Amino acid sequence: MSALLRIPTVLRPAMGGATTITVEGSTIGAVLSDVTTRFPAVKGQLLNDDGTLHRFLNVYVNDDDVRYLGGVEAPVSESDEITLLPAVAGGAQ
Amino acid sequence: MLTITANQRAAMLATCIRALPDEGCGLLLGTNEGIVVDVVASPNVAASAKVYEIDPLVLLRSFRRADDEGLEVVGVFHSHTHSPAYPSPTDIRQAPDPAWHYVLVSLAQVPSEVRSYTIVEGEVTEELVRVEGVTVPRADD
Repeated sequence: MSALLRIPTVLRPAMGGATTITVEGSTIGAVLSDVTTRFPAVKGQLLNDDGTLHRFLNVYVNDDDVRYLGGVEAPVSESDEITLLPAVAGGAQ
Repeated sequence: MLTITANQRAAMLATCIRALPDEGCGLLLGTNEGIVVDVVASPNVAASAKVYEIDPLVLLRSFRRADDEGLEVVGVFHSHTHSPAYPSPTDIRQAPDPAWHYVLVSLAQVPSEVRSYTIVEGEVTEELVRVEGVTVPRADD
């Protein structure tokens, strides 16, 4: 099962510089495992130590936020487009 | 330097005032030269007076729109409701992109203050904000 992964600017230097890559996996967890095997340097920015999605990473399958699709269990189909975007957050605290 | 129009400045202020008592926030679409083309308001999904988070769907749509229109997401604005227009330790720690402009709107005093910064590897540098030909000096000028 291969899908297209869109890589945000800030992760490109650690992922070979490409804007998009083809990734393998039938769930978001499997896709991110494929990515971190190929690019171990980004693991800490994608996943927590327990394998859940990093708090400050947004992952989308096509137009949907995977938090509402089961997180790392979210299904990925052939020719889906997966987008990674760092969360934009902060505040006075 | 960040270049905005008076209307864009007003749109950022309006978003932040509407969000009260919570922090308000949104994204800036523009060019690599720091010229803002549009201000995109976002719900603060953190729904807090002390922290903000851009709605993930606003984020996705803004990046897609930027791609479609040949623009970039060039920065983010948010308000501090009771503190100065300067990035907090949280803002600095969580700054997502060293190329971005980080606009702070302080509603802690009248008139409100709008200032812009770059945040690169934890180092904060205030930059000039040009509003339709009017240059607002930095605090230390």
